Amino acid sequence: MTRKFAGVAVALALALAACGSDPAAAPQKSPSSGTADATIEIGSQYEPQNLDNTGGGGQGVTEALNGNVYEGLFKLTDAGKVENLLAESQEVSDDGLTYTFKLRQGVKFHSGKALTSADVKHSIERVTAEDSQSARKSQLEVIKSVAAPDDRTVVVTLASRSISLVYNLSYVWIVNADAKDLATSEDGTGPYKLGVWKRGSTLSLEPFPGYWGPRPANGGVVFHYFTEATALNNALLTGAVDIVTSEQSPDALGQFTGNADYKVSEGHSTTKLLLAFNDRKAPFDKPLVRKAVSSAIDDAKLLESIWAGHGSLIGSMVPPTDPWYEDLTTIDPYDVELAKRQLAEAGYAKGFRFTLDTPNYDPHPTAATFIKSELAKVGITVDINVITADEWYSKVFKNHDFAATLQEHVNDRDVVWYGNPDFYWGYDNKQVTDWIKQAEQAKTAEEQTGLLKKANRQIAEDAASDWLYLYPQIVVASSKLSGYPVNGLNSQFSAYGIKKG
Amino acid sequence: MARYLLRRTAFLLGSLLLAASLLFVLLRLLPGDPSNALLPMGATPEQIAAARRQTGSDLTLPEQYAAWLGGLVRLDLGTSYVSRLPVGGEIAARLAVTVPLTLLAFVLAVVVAVPVGFLTARRAERWYGPLLSGFAQLGIAVPVFWIGMLLVTVFALRLRLLPAGGFPREDWAEPGRALAALVLPVVAIALVMSASLIRYVRSATLEVLGSDHMRTARALGESFAGAMWRHGLRNAAAPVISILGIELATTFLGAVVVESVFALPGLGALLVEGIAEHDYPVIQGVLAVSTLAVLVIGFAADIAQRLVDPRLRTRLGRP
Repeated sequence: MTRKFAGVAVALALALAACGSDPAAAPQKSPSSGTADATIEIGSQYEPQNLDNTGGGGQGVTEALNGNVYEGLFKLTDAGKVENLLAESQEVSDDGLTYTFKLRQGVKFHSGKALTSADVKHSIERVTAEDSQSARKSQLEVIKSVAAPDDRTVVVTLASRSISLVYNLSYVWIVNADAKDLATSEDGTGPYKLGVWKRGSTLSLEPFPGYWGPRPANGGVVFHYFTEATALNNALLTGAVDIVTSEQSPDALGQFTGNADYKVSEGHSTTKLLLAFNDRKAPFDKPLVRKAVSSAIDDAKLLESIWAGHGSLIGSMVPPTDPWYEDLTTIDPYDVELAKRQLAEAGYAKGFRFTLDTPNYDPHPTAATFIKSELAKVGITVDINVITADEWYSKVFKNHDFAATLQEHVNDRDVVWYGNPDFYWGYDNKQVTDWIKQAEQAKTAEEQTGLLKKANRQIAEDAASDWLYLYPQIVVASSKLSGYPVNGLNSQFSAYGIKKG
Repeated sequence: MARYLLRRTAFLLGSLLLAASLLFVLLRLLPGDPSNALLPMGATPEQIAAARRQTGSDLTLPEQYAAWLGGLVRLDLGTSYVSRLPVGGEIAARLAVTVPLTLLAFVLAVVVAVPVGFLTARRAERWYGPLLSGFAQLGIAVPVFWIGMLLVTVFALRLRLLPAGGFPREDWAEPGRALAALVLPVVAIALVMSASLIRYVRSATLEVLGSDHMRTARALGESFAGAMWRHGLRNAAAPVISILGIELATTFLGAVVVESVFALPGLGALLVEGIAEHDYPVIQGVLAVSTLAVLVIGFAADIAQRLVDPRLRTRLGRP
């Protein structure tokens, strides 16, 4: 009896082992005939929530589809420059209120329909529509009307000057005006069309044969989605993926640095970790208290402990890739004695106690614990309140019901939120609001840059928030790969030029 | 038996309704709002209002409850707020991973645990008896994700025999690759599951071995194997079957940990995503399907027990 049982067990174990050694099952991929036909396997931790960037698709949809499946009138290059894409030329009226764009000819949607100005009009109006969930909606509210006088011409009329219009249009996907269900399917003009999206696992893109430009340097790409950084790194180690779009686990980097099979590149990110105060309420309504807190926290040590030497300190909201960047790390330097003096001057010589609303995902809880121990040295007691992203949105963002919070802010050029007194942190400085408004209406880029530099410096002087650090943007790839973006500005990841071999 | 089946089915449907209602209430008690997942940083009040309309957060609770139960009766689990995909289809796709994973692990665990458990009891005095018991104890103490990580390190990263994680894009259209993707997770679950099963099998066997009827059967001249086959196994099986039912249900629900270690697109992963995004239709759908699965497993275990143990049939089967 027992022997029979054991026999079955052995047989099953063998059967399982046999499946494992089946050549088709091995993790290596079948050799491709040439590099231009090779499929690029991309590993990422940011799966799109749906496929519509005006409907809550999140960071993942930008990464997978921006520039790959959808194109804008303009594109933001990996170096941070804005270039023509579906627009061939642009003309601006002298008062800066009328923009005339000529469209590139011979552009087709994946469904086969030719691109016309009616599609562009529809696409812009989709973003500015009342029910749009686009992150760019408020920036594009300056648009009064969009007209399509002929098939190739789009005329955008503004209510007031907007020097960022062209830049903001680089986020507006041009979609087929007749397309339905853009949350689960697509109809763009990009070099790739959507293959299959298996939610929770993979999203594949195939070259679009009717693309107006040269075909991509590869035979298609597959995004593989992981929730665990370790599982993602294992996939890279076993060759199941060729590249990781944004490495989030600094501990794992040791496996790849100094290994000839991999290349590690550190580019510029636009993601900032903020200790955001509620500037409306005591004690953080006093700039001196905010400055004291900023000076009491050793940002360099925090960055070292979380990112092990990667990333950088910025001292204010603007990252180095924005044209109005300045190094402001000296304004509230790490200085415990200074912090104590400032607290005493503000009337809090004995310190105070506050609750820090902390999102429950990395790196926020780690940062919160660090901040708690740093502030204890100047007599401030921190109660850490861990909340979900969803609670954060309700409690902090919508209801402004908080004393201070930790949050990562991913977009570039988002210093402009300090010009909006209704934003969750409630920073209200009339001068800064005016500068930011004037900057948007500036006639030249120099004027805009000058004004935003002033605003950025002022918010640092007021310690409107404490900008703890700027995240690194680390791409790890197989050394067979070339032509991939390293900066990932605003989470874009253009696959067009990636070559294998 | 027919009346019994009918009564059990009614009980099952009743439990499902109760679970669905409880679920609905508990989810509404969570802080946060489903529309939040759709909103970008810097959303305007109009955008917030539009998102609330879209997710039905602006409906009253009774309206939401009626919609949920109505859908359930029509076997329509609704559409995800976030992905805009039908929840039924999403769950089906995930079940194609989780069900084979659970069943394979279960079969492997049973196939290992029953003979090993029997051996540790029968040969308690031999050197390998205590050794096997010791391994079983260890297996209970070690968490499944750790075993998973260990298996990945050895068989995927070092030996390169099996994939470290993920599930093939082609699904079961490539059965070889799909199976290969499941080998390590199956072994991880089966190791932990068999560790606790071994203990149950062992104690059930010990009880039977020491029983009077076995001694009597041997005294009447039956061989050990004969006595075990005719009288021993049936008696040992009954308690083991009820444990098996519980183990199978726990594994089905607990697969999420292993799914996460091996990056498998399973049901548990869908539930975790749903909770993170406050996606009511997804959470409710996954939990309703899981509840149904657990109830059905319990049902099956009951029937199996009645089949091996006639005493249960006489006592409970007839009025």
